[in-house]
Amino acid sequence: MTLEFRSVVKRSKGETLIHAASFTLAPTGFNVLLGATNAGKTTLIKLMAGLDRPTKGEILLNGKDLTRLPPQRRNVSLVHQFFVNYPHLSVFENIASPLRVARVPGADIRRRVHEAAELLRLTPFLERRPSALSGGQQQRTALARAIVKSSDLVLLDEPLANLDYKLREELRDQLPRLFEGRGAIVVYATSEPSEALMLGGHTATVSQGRVTQFGPTATLYRAPQDLETARVFSDPPINVAPIRKSGDRLHLGDSVAWPAAGTALATVPDGAYTVGVKPHFVLPGGDAAGTVPVTGRIQITELSGSESIAHFDLDGRSWVSQSHGIHPYQVGDLHTFHIEIRGCLYFRPDGTRVTA
Amino acid sequence: MARISLQDIRHSYQTIVAKAAEYALKRVHLEWQDGGAYALLGPSGCGKTTLLNIISGLVAPTEGRVLFDGRDVTTLPPEQRNIAQVFQFPVVYDTMTVFENLAFPLRNRHAESSRVDARVREIASLLDLDGLLGRRAAGLPPDLKQKLSLGRGLVRDDVNIIMFDEPLTVIDPHLKWQLRSKLKELHQTVRTTMIYVTHDQTEALTFADQVVVMQAGEVVQVGTPVQLFERPTHTFVGHFIGSPGMNVLPCEVSDGTALFRGQPVPTETPAKAPADATRLELGVRPEHIRIAPDTGSGDDGIAVDIVRVADAGRYRVVEAMAGDHRIHVLTREDADTPLGPARLQVDPSRTRLYVDGWLADGADTGRA
Amino acid sequence: MAVKTERQAAWLLVAPVVVLVAFNALIPLMTVVNYSVQETFGNNFFLWHGLGWFQDVLRSERFHAAFGRQMLFTGLILLIEVPLGVAIALAMPRRGPLVSVCLVLMALPLLIPWNVVGAMWNIFALPDIGLLGRTLNGLGFDYNMTQDPLSAWFTLILMDVWHWTSLVVLLTYAGLISIPDAYYQAARIDGAGAWAVFRHIQLPKLRRVLTIAILLRFMDSFMVYTEPFVLTGGGPGNSTTLLSIDLVKIALGQFDLGPAAAMSLIYFFITLLVSWVFYTLMTRHDPS
Repeated sequence: MTLEFRSVVKRSKGETLIHAASFTLAPTGFNVLLGATNAGKTTLIKLMAGLDRPTKGEILLNGKDLTRLPPQRRNVSLVHQFFVNYPHLSVFENIASPLRVARVPGADIRRRVHEAAELLRLTPFLERRPSALSGGQQQRTALARAIVKSSDLVLLDEPLANLDYKLREELRDQLPRLFEGRGAIVVYATSEPSEALMLGGHTATVSQGRVTQFGPTATLYRAPQDLETARVFSDPPINVAPIRKSGDRLHLGDSVAWPAAGTALATVPDGAYTVGVKPHFVLPGGDAAGTVPVTGRIQITELSGSESIAHFDLDGRSWVSQSHGIHPYQVGDLHTFHIEIRGCLYFRPDGTRVTA
Repeated sequence: MARISLQDIRHSYQTIVAKAAEYALKRVHLEWQDGGAYALLGPSGCGKTTLLNIISGLVAPTEGRVLFDGRDVTTLPPEQRNIAQVFQFPVVYDTMTVFENLAFPLRNRHAESSRVDARVREIASLLDLDGLLGRRAAGLPPDLKQKLSLGRGLVRDDVNIIMFDEPLTVIDPHLKWQLRSKLKELHQTVRTTMIYVTHDQTEALTFADQVVVMQAGEVVQVGTPVQLFERPTHTFVGHFIGSPGMNVLPCEVSDGTALFRGQPVPTETPAKAPADATRLELGVRPEHIRIAPDTGSGDDGIAVDIVRVADAGRYRVVEAMAGDHRIHVLTREDADTPLGPARLQVDPSRTRLYVDGWLADGADTGRA
Repeated sequence: MAVKTERQAAWLLVAPVVVLVAFNALIPLMTVVNYSVQETFGNNFFLWHGLGWFQDVLRSERFHAAFGRQMLFTGLILLIEVPLGVAIALAMPRRGPLVSVCLVLMALPLLIPWNVVGAMWNIFALPDIGLLGRTLNGLGFDYNMTQDPLSAWFTLILMDVWHWTSLVVLLTYAGLISIPDAYYQAARIDGAGAWAVFRHIQLPKLRRVLTIAILLRFMDSFMVYTEPFVLTGGGPGNSTTLLSIDLVKIALGQFDLGPAAAMSLIYFFITLLVSWVFYTLMTRHDPS
């Protein structure tokens, strides 16, 4: 089964919400839409669900055009950020509701509801009303409803955004297992890079109405094809600075330089480029081979128990270093950090990445 | 600025309390130093927001006293406590400009207009809102609105505390980093006592010097981020802090040695269990376990089956099964862990015994 | 096409309503439009009259007077009911057992049929045996609704305020309780007084409900008929003859179908126009 977007454009009130999106989703693993609020994730989900129609372009399911098909004829499930359940029905009836609509026989309904409830650990609450449940349980009820329906397309629009951190972690771990082997295409919208990574599968990075890249999640994370994708897919934000290639050296500002040989910039012409370094490739110490020392004044320090984060000033730009262990930084001090060269990504002035 | 003491606070939302379980807060006793950055961390419904409202004066505690610098303020309303609060959803006055919003708390207290003007400009530049002073507040994006609500707290120089109630809920991850760093920077500049309430461990640990972990109306542990990470005094803290949290494995104790599934596991100090203990567990963080190949011999670690390796970007999360028990291990981004049988070796100096949930050795700081 | 049949099915579901609306709104309306351009001498004998009736009505002093009274009535009740309704809503408790008591008390006047309201106030205002009339006269006021236009207006306004302020109260109250607590808490912490809270939090947040309340009260009061008719019958003289009462007098009292139809249409357009002006004025500065 595949869901294909062919140059889908969506305009509304003179604004272009989606710029010619083309990609093909498959049921193997999750398909994550990653991007900031208002980047266009929800618009894409609405187009998939049929709640919105494209201005231009086609949407095909298994090669069959469903661009003009209304939601109720698409066999989709949608789980929203806010816990949407029928308040007057028990949890059992909530989960059973799509089956009742489809006129599934009663015995079948009971079996499938109990199965889904068991998977999502809702069995003890089946007789309760949603209002008597915690937020996590309410959202699990909504998820169970999406699971029993055996839809072709399951759309999850930031389903964990309103849950507690720990609960989110737990459900995020369970979700891919729940949909494994069900043959449904699962689409998951999120604004958190770490969530995309944990869910695995494929990711489409969305920024200002454009799908900047679509592919296996790990590939997008480690080998983004442009700067925008790298920015969207970095938490904490990626350090970005202009560099200059002259001869066989790469210059970052006036005082920092390293050899171009062995990097993606080895064979490109001299000129201005941009370097992107994720904060965990900026190490607090250790003069190891393959690193470049940079010295900056520490502005802010943060400690998360197992990791240390330092914000420092380098040539008027704020850089971030994130590292394992506890480092006793002092605000206001000059500190020498080490950039790992293998962690550097290089971009042309137009934003595309230079690959070796 | 002030030192804050919470003395034997208990609170129930019911008027008549029959059972201890009906207390939203069960005897909280805390002492907060002037100028500190504190966090209240816990899951929904743990009582952290109730505690915050008791400090701000929006809720009067059923029992106990609140002192600011030794002065009893328990019965004072919020407006007489000189505090500032930033809420989960940004609160701005839609009809006013950014300038008027910032000036509002000063004008309500009849400050001179020259002082209002100077102060507003000072705070606006601190928060990078200088260019927006003439804009209507209604049209701002959520992160700027949240900065503005923070600014209204900072604009008065006589505030005792600034409190944050999950202030980053509606902010995008990228801006979350910026805003969080800004808060940290502000604290380092203005040195007002700040209390940050959240369920997000990262926010709590990165912001605060001291974190108060709460569960079910009780304080479970108070400590620095490093203490909470390195030495959780309760399995709940171990689980709640860290991602994934601490592995908690049931064990037995015999002759000073902890046994997990019959296999000895080395611990920091000889394992001692009181006779009346009902639940014995070992706690070890995923960061402190090493994966070794399965050599088949008996003593080189816990025998497990590695079932999954998840790529978390900067590191990998390995999932190992020992019988029915799931154990998480963190490895480096470039580590290659084959699925199948393996041995897990724990770092003895960071493996500890928990009796009925509480750390067996060491000071029981949480129940002080 | 699947979509097409679905659309057709949807239209079938709406069809009964369309038929019903056509029957009780469109057909009478078209009849009225018809009458407004015709002259009749009875016996189903009609003559083309063009826009003559419209010119007559627009020039007639009688219409001007009725229109003036109508505007006065609507203006007065809006000026009284909206601030009063907001004030009552602000004074009502937000939580606790008293909430439902207040809500039921507020809803009571709205539940009484309009002709009963008129009859009730008619008896209430009788100068000899009515509670209001008797009391006012006892206090030394020269109060007589059937003789004195001022007394009649006083009673008319009082009755409408009694009957309809609740609507404004209920709408405003619903708007008030939907304002998140955080706003009030922030205001307290910022040291804002009650007036500042009202001016900077409650009023801006109530904008939408107040727009609806004012619009509803405007349209209802402009079309009011039953209560003033039962209360005063438009008297004494023509002093409380509002547009609708005048219209019925012409149409049914004198059976002047042409002028009545023309007047109905003018009346209809005025209501429409003023509502539209009101609405655009009030939503013009809406940020969202």
